[in-house]
Amino acid sequence: MMGLLVFWRRFRRNRAAVAGLAVLLLVVAAAIIGPVLHPIDPFDMIGRPTQLPSARFLLGTDVSGRDILAGLLHGARVSLVVGIVASLVATAFGLLVGAVAGYYGGAVDNVLMRCTDFFLTIPSFVLAIVIVAIFQPSIVTVTSAIAAVSWPSVARLVRGEFIAQRDRDYVRACRALGMKDREIILRQILPNALPPVIVVSSLMVATAILTESGLSFLGLSDPDVISWGYQIGVGRTVLRVAWWMSAIPGITILVTVLAINLVGEGLNDALNPRLQQR
Amino acid sequence: MTAPAAATPVLEAQDLAKRFPVAGGIGGRGRVVHALNGVSLSVAAGETLAVVGESGCGKSTLANCLTGLMAPSAGSLLLQGEDAALMLRREPMRFRRRVQIVFQDPYASLNPRRTIGDTVGDALRIHGLAARRERRGRVGQLLAEVGLAEEHLDRYPHELSGGQRQRVAIARALAVEPVVVVCDEPVSALDVSIQAQVINLLRDIQRRRGVAYLFISHNLALVRHIARRIAVMYLGEVVEIGTAEALGRRMLHPYSRALFAAAPAIGRPSHDPPHLDPGRPPPLSGDVPSPIDPPPGCRFHTRCPHARPRCSAEAPALRLVDDRLVRCHFAEEIAGHG
Amino acid sequence: MTALLEVEGLSVHFETARGVVRAVEDLSFAVERGQTVALVGESGSGKSTAALSLLRLLPAGASKIAAGRVRLDGRDLLALPPRQLRDVRGAQVGMIFQDPMMALNPVYTIGRQIAETLRLHLGLAGPAAEARAIELLRRVQVPAPEQRIHQYPHNLSGGMRQRVMMAIALACRPALLIADEPTTALDVTVQAQVLALIDELKAELGMAVLLITHDLAVVWETAQRVIVLYAGRKVEEGPVGRILTRPRHPYTAGLLRAAQWAADGDRLAEIPGTVPSPHAMPPGCAFAPRCALAEDRCRRQAPPLRTLEPGHVAACFRAEEIAP
Repeated sequence: MMGLLVFWRRFRRNRAAVAGLAVLLLVVAAAIIGPVLHPIDPFDMIGRPTQLPSARFLLGTDVSGRDILAGLLHGARVSLVVGIVASLVATAFGLLVGAVAGYYGGAVDNVLMRCTDFFLTIPSFVLAIVIVAIFQPSIVTVTSAIAAVSWPSVARLVRGEFIAQRDRDYVRACRALGMKDREIILRQILPNALPPVIVVSSLMVATAILTESGLSFLGLSDPDVISWGYQIGVGRTVLRVAWWMSAIPGITILVTVLAINLVGEGLNDALNPRLQQR
Repeated sequence: MTAPAAATPVLEAQDLAKRFPVAGGIGGRGRVVHALNGVSLSVAAGETLAVVGESGCGKSTLANCLTGLMAPSAGSLLLQGEDAALMLRREPMRFRRRVQIVFQDPYASLNPRRTIGDTVGDALRIHGLAARRERRGRVGQLLAEVGLAEEHLDRYPHELSGGQRQRVAIARALAVEPVVVVCDEPVSALDVSIQAQVINLLRDIQRRRGVAYLFISHNLALVRHIARRIAVMYLGEVVEIGTAEALGRRMLHPYSRALFAAAPAIGRPSHDPPHLDPGRPPPLSGDVPSPIDPPPGCRFHTRCPHARPRCSAEAPALRLVDDRLVRCHFAEEIAGHG
Repeated sequence: MTALLEVEGLSVHFETARGVVRAVEDLSFAVERGQTVALVGESGSGKSTAALSLLRLLPAGASKIAAGRVRLDGRDLLALPPRQLRDVRGAQVGMIFQDPMMALNPVYTIGRQIAETLRLHLGLAGPAAEARAIELLRRVQVPAPEQRIHQYPHNLSGGMRQRVMMAIALACRPALLIADEPTTALDVTVQAQVLALIDELKAELGMAVLLITHDLAVVWETAQRVIVLYAGRKVEEGPVGRILTRPRHPYTAGLLRAAQWAADGDRLAEIPGTVPSPHAMPPGCAFAPRCALAEDRCRRQAPPLRTLEPGHVAACFRAEEIAP
């Protein structure tokens, strides 16, 4: 497609975004092939506890003698999958609610936006804790909880875009032709409303990873899978004697989230028509 | 379907009114914009009726009501003798196929993310007018009819000039073979040298297809050249309506006269500023009043140079004076003056 | 006595991804004191670019004034240090634009915006500035100026905003007013009011006006001299009474017929084709692809500007053959 090439040329202009993308690809690669190259079960107690990084344990071992590197690599899978799936679900739901509210306006808009506001007013992390606590903590419930607290911002944004577009002449022309609402929403307006949504949902992946880490840190995540937040939680008790145990996964979260944010910024610059030069 | 007799209007508005509630601040409740008030007009098959007025006169609301994009608050709309409101409810696609619209700004009226072929093809697809395999060829024919080439099929709107985009918008309207097309300021966003091209195109299409136009414009000089009949609107009302010939000879309503006098024109005897030209009425003072609280009596009396006490007390009716309808108590007297 | 504004060989280029665009090329003209000169052209003609570059108001970076001199009262504006240029802007030269909303700040009252200009250029402040602001608004025929100064731009109609812009532009009694499509966004009845007002103020202040417009009828009714631009170049210049009755360039002639809705048989007279893309300028005369009189040499070489009569120049090989 011709659009993709132009898009890449614009994206490339932002150096920080390109660096972010490189880091992000590295994290994704580590998540995919890392556990294959370093085939150690992160729950196996394979050495003395609380070891400093060494030739045998590249990043040391935790309080139970588990390999931190293995945990980091397996945790990358969990963090990325939870982050991406939660964002996709939240984006899809937010798009649906926002599009319907923005396009139809009136009473439909009122009802949908009051629901959205309800979710927006509750601190999202607290809400996520409540949802996970009610249901059994598992990958599915954690992902659902994060999606449930993330969609309102997408809905708000999409609603604004749809309100801005719905009375444009090209939409009126479609109505004058007798086009069905569903087609106007999906085929005509949605592609025009999508660019800012892509930016927001890419940034949402970072927030979702942080939320998941927070939940695991508090022990509110799936006990059967390892994740970065869980690793920090494990290291918390020995923070004063073995700081690296928390610092390593902590820095990994920081770097990943930062990379996603840089990519999001780059997407924003590349997709924002106001910044495009003629 | 048989062609209607020449005298039968294809589209007829009877006493059309449109009021909007004003969403607004504290104390703004219950306020209403009177965008259209008692508008009656009709277009016959193959004819052009021009509606002229300035911003706030209600011409865009009129376009929305006539094309079924907005439901009027009162009055009725007849399409080839059938009640349009009923048709829009029961068989909307029948209405949509017969009444189409071309907008002012060709930059806004085409979806920037769809190709020209998609945009025109949508019209055919929605109405089932061409099977998928024939669609591309049919769109090509339509583009040819508006003076574009096959190569434009796969282009995006931003790759075309303003004039070319307006041609695409016209092709989209024509795709469903409508009997009447509402043209809402179709050339005012275009360069002067392109405007005549588009007007000529619209005229050629009318000759070929016998389509009727309701041509909305702010430009009296232009519509005198292209319309058979002209309606002048002010603050939601028709103030004067008659043949282009009659109105071209002279205008009777003080607003039509002021509108005509205000438009600059090349070759007026002295090329002094209008206010120094003795033969020309002075420019109107003030702005168009708000349609939220239109003035009582004649809506034009606040700016009318001929206003008298009766004008603010009693709303004039649209009545026959000589060869046209005029909404003014003193039309005969004003006509006598000049 | 020299002219108030003298522009010589002005060229403005834009760097774009697809190469250099020559928006204005080798433009020369003069504006005498007290005179209205119109720069006329369609979109892409370079008329607004030329006007903005006189005061170096074009966005920095992408655009570049490639060559030329702009002298106001003998001072070269293009060579002026930024501080002095700021004094020229607003004080000696006032500007009004097509869209007053772009030039007015939506978060300040109009009284404050007028006072700001008075403070910057005249050192007026407090009650003196307010009194002067009210006086200026009254002068541009804004009704009830005492109340208006407390209003915000969005409270005003388009015509009223344009008057406010004019009050700001005229605050320091400039010698030159640059008016870039001042009435294009206005209704005709309001346009007539604003044009009449510009004319009155011009006479009263002895000000010169550089009017940028696409509307030949407005030119006829307000200007003394007219410069016709096409694709960044001057194609014709002369007194309005001559150019708009006996044009000597085919483009001017075509534009004139289009602007008057002249009939050509039972069709309106039109100029075929479109303005060439700035990325694909034809060699030779830029108008040749749309010109009925074009011949081989027009497509090979750009015709130079020729003086046909004193004060009337046109860039066409066949200028003499054009029927009025």
